[in-house]
Amino acid sequence: MISRVNQQDLPDEMRVVITGIGMTAPIGNSLAEVREGLLSGRSGVRPYEIRYFGKTLAGVCEFEVNRHQSKKDARRGTRAGSVGIYCANEAILDSGIDFANFDKSTVGVYVGVTEHGNVETENEVYQIKGYDYDTSFWSHHHNPRTVANNPAGEVALNLGITGPHYTIGAACAAGNAGMIQGLQMLRLGECDLAIAGGVSESIHTFGIFAGFASQGALASHSDPAKASRPFDKARNGIVVAEGGCLYTLERLSDAKRRQAKIYGEIVGYAINTDATDFVLPNAERQAQCMQLALKRANLSPEQIDIVSTHATGTTNGDSLECDAVRRVFGQSEKTFINNAKSFIGHSMGAAGAIELAGNLPAFSDRVVHATINVDDLDPECDIPGLVRNQPREVNRVDYILNNSFGMLGINSALIVKRF
Amino acid sequence: MTPEEIRQAIIEILEDIAPDEDLSNLNDAVSFREQMELDSMDFLDIVMELRKRYRVQVPEEDYVQLASMDSTVTYLVPKMGQVPA
Repeated sequence: MISRVNQQDLPDEMRVVITGIGMTAPIGNSLAEVREGLLSGRSGVRPYEIRYFGKTLAGVCEFEVNRHQSKKDARRGTRAGSVGIYCANEAILDSGIDFANFDKSTVGVYVGVTEHGNVETENEVYQIKGYDYDTSFWSHHHNPRTVANNPAGEVALNLGITGPHYTIGAACAAGNAGMIQGLQMLRLGECDLAIAGGVSESIHTFGIFAGFASQGALASHSDPAKASRPFDKARNGIVVAEGGCLYTLERLSDAKRRQAKIYGEIVGYAINTDATDFVLPNAERQAQCMQLALKRANLSPEQIDIVSTHATGTTNGDSLECDAVRRVFGQSEKTFINNAKSFIGHSMGAAGAIELAGNLPAFSDRVVHATINVDDLDPECDIPGLVRNQPREVNRVDYILNNSFGMLGINSALIVKRF
Repeated sequence: MTPEEIRQAIIEILEDIAPDEDLSNLNDAVSFREQMELDSMDFLDIVMELRKRYRVQVPEEDYVQLASMDSTVTYLVPKMGQVPA
């Protein structure tokens, strides 16, 4: 049943804090780079071409794959695995944890994914086409690459982690879902350190571009930097992006003991389901999801300083989310609204985790990054507190609510408190 | 292909499947596994690449012949001798 406990009254052993962040996004390969991009209005969207589909736009990551992974393992594994390995290693370094001496059996890896295996399957089908579909040319690497736990398993293999590892399939709510899973496992005592968040390799499958195009939901624009334009009247769909963001999550008691740097405390979360349509969102259910997260955190809407919206840039999706946000925060004068997809596109399973991270520095720099490319605001998206095109300085930021929604009607909201 | 060309073909395959290894000092008489980090999936890669690049089939009972460079080349000469270099 849904917990009614006021989470801030919990003992330190039940409170979960963020102590490390590792990320790669189309505008940077660290939180500092991404934050700089968000504050300066830099877009990471560029021309992109993929087999069969042809020319399109995408958010592309350029992290150093071999910083933490051998060439051989990168070849054997998947792009999602490489993204996860980079992010996990960077998060651990950022956390300051003495990982060499950490009991690896107490580490859990919880990686959110929108989908996994499409890239590898498309590649193999393409390859055997060259051999007249003779399946004896089908790679023996196909199964270990396409098992659903692959990205989390590659992280565990790379870091010698012997605790639990798995992926959380939650469409585009997966970044939040990965973090929520990590938090829950810490509270259950299933692990002492959770490496949690989300990754996406989706730009390497032609199917996602073709699928969104067939759905009339793939963005196009003569200027790539203007293609991802949530809340603008001329928005015409999603820019697909790759990316990853994994956090080290720890119980507050452990973080205090080792005097860890603390980015924030997860004080509320919720996941619910529309149960109304395969793809069309449901504003009422999204609003209920945000309200449930607020209730669990024992907060009123007026206490939330920033709502990081899902905001994919589709006509219906943005209108419905703005309806939902208006229902919950429409009367709140101090809540600011933004999103990161206008800068980087939609990084699918990584989106929620990346977008939350991009907002966390606001706790200390007291700047709310904008949503860019709103040249002609859609009246349906004219919600109070929307930070348009230019970042906004504020007096203080105590709470951030991060929305992430996905197909099949999965909704998630996560609330992080300044520590 | 001459034995030397077959050896070079194997080197090129090894460079692809074990890109972190330095193959310049490979001892042809000693097993690959004693000199490199190769596991069973890597050996399957060698078999697959021979199939893809040269249409050479190596049945499972012959995998043992791929232990060292010398044994591999000896085994492949009858199979690849007719393959144009």
